[in-house]
Amino acid sequence: MAKEFMKGCEAIAEAAIQAGCHYFFGYPITPQTEVPEYMAAKLPKIGGCFLQAESEVAAINMVYGAAGAGARVMTSSSSPGVSLKLEGISYLAGAELPAVIVNMMRGGPGLGSIQASQGDYFQTTKGGGHGDYHVIALAPSTVQEAIDLMQDAFDLADMYRTPTMLLADGTIGQMMEPVEFKPREKRTDLPAKDWATTGWGPNSNRPRAVVNSLYIETEELQEMNDRLQARYRMIEEKETRVELYNVEDAEVILCAYGTVARICKSAVALAAKQGVKVGLVRPITIWPFPKKAVHDTIAQDSVKTVITIEISAGQMVEDVRLAVNGEKEVQFFGKPGSYCPTAEEICEKIMEMRRA
Amino acid sequence: MLEQNIFAGFGGQGALLMGQLLAMASMIEGKEVSWLPSYGPEMRGGTANCSVVISDEPVASPLVTNANSIVVLNRPSLTKFESHVIPGGNLFINSSVIPEKSERNDINVYYVPMTEVAYELGNVKVSNMVMLGAFVEATQCVKMESIVEALRHKLGEKKAKLIPMNEEALNRGAQIVKDQK
Repeated sequence: MAKEFMKGCEAIAEAAIQAGCHYFFGYPITPQTEVPEYMAAKLPKIGGCFLQAESEVAAINMVYGAAGAGARVMTSSSSPGVSLKLEGISYLAGAELPAVIVNMMRGGPGLGSIQASQGDYFQTTKGGGHGDYHVIALAPSTVQEAIDLMQDAFDLADMYRTPTMLLADGTIGQMMEPVEFKPREKRTDLPAKDWATTGWGPNSNRPRAVVNSLYIETEELQEMNDRLQARYRMIEEKETRVELYNVEDAEVILCAYGTVARICKSAVALAAKQGVKVGLVRPITIWPFPKKAVHDTIAQDSVKTVITIEISAGQMVEDVRLAVNGEKEVQFFGKPGSYCPTAEEICEKIMEMRRA
Repeated sequence: MLEQNIFAGFGGQGALLMGQLLAMASMIEGKEVSWLPSYGPEMRGGTANCSVVISDEPVASPLVTNANSIVVLNRPSLTKFESHVIPGGNLFINSSVIPEKSERNDINVYYVPMTEVAYELGNVKVSNMVMLGAFVEATQCVKMESIVEALRHKLGEKKAKLIPMNEEALNRGAQIVKDQK
């Protein structure tokens, strides 16, 4: 079989291994436990290390240690578990360490539910942890795309020395789809990890490597922050990704990401049957947010109605509104918790919210 | 072509596996597919169902509300899903545990005594394959050989010896549909 039929979680784990990630530290939580399960089975066989930590806090700090030593490393969790990891993620950002974190979102707040949700958009894109930092956040809408983005995630993390997050949801994690692991060229433009703590002795011909996020002197902390901000601007410029689907001359534009975006594609087809031309803007990177593409698509003269759709009380819609900057009204459809709208419901909403 | 299907029952009856095999078989035949389980925290028992979408185009929504075909393995699933079969569609009822008849007269209804047939074959574990055989025969959405190939892939070499019994179960299920048509 050229294609394999795989569950999202397992496909993500395999993609990480193929991207050269041989270290995994985590703690089980539905709906992503198949990621550690897969890693536990595979990593020891290839000389890697799988470790189930005593908590999410411990796991993210193990990631910090391995990343500091220059390894490709990841952790994976779901919403409540990611909340626990946020302190560590802020430290990773402050210490400028590359690492990959998977968040298979489930309903919240609190322990919430185990079903898919998109309630962690704010947490992911607006910091989550303390301090002025960002993570690159990739949001797949199919299992195949989760594989491709997972492999990109390690390269992006190494390129920009930043924690990078794959933000998926329970549906992507639990569903099975045909997938292909395409052979990938190893990137040769990634910077050497000369900052890594790989061991030092008096005869080493380099200065001692120190991994740290503590800068007591105001000027030094300022310098680190300036460096981070300059890097974030570069990421915004070079790494923003978006899919524009059926947007040309559309009367209605939907904005959605992840699982909801693919359901929107079915709604686009349903609306077409009723003679309404609907297009979809799907951010693939939710940070950096594709401001320009979102703005320019919505600014088209043909666009009369704009609806952002999420499994949340309305989080990404704020970024859509900022991008549109008041030029057009941006409406919202969605529910917080775990309620995922069907294509039929979305189509009905389109007809209801449509401007005459 | 866009076929939307639901397989539903108690955990442990094999509804999820039936859906997986159908999806894999369709993939083997070059179709685009998705398999989405409704998942709960329980290991066994409770209700379990999955949605399988088969299409010529990449699958957009993996959610299925109204289906071309629905398989119900227990009574709560019949109650929940009977109204979700589109007119002209198919409903497969596990008559081993569901004594009721369907009230729909705008769809094709098949009654499959899957447990009894599996007992006759000497292994109750193949009861879901009896139902899958009936499903494939009635819907003709994939070839039976593709289901067997999917099964071979799923079972792997270690359990390949189980193929003949599963194949027989599939054929017995198909025969039940032929007899009811």
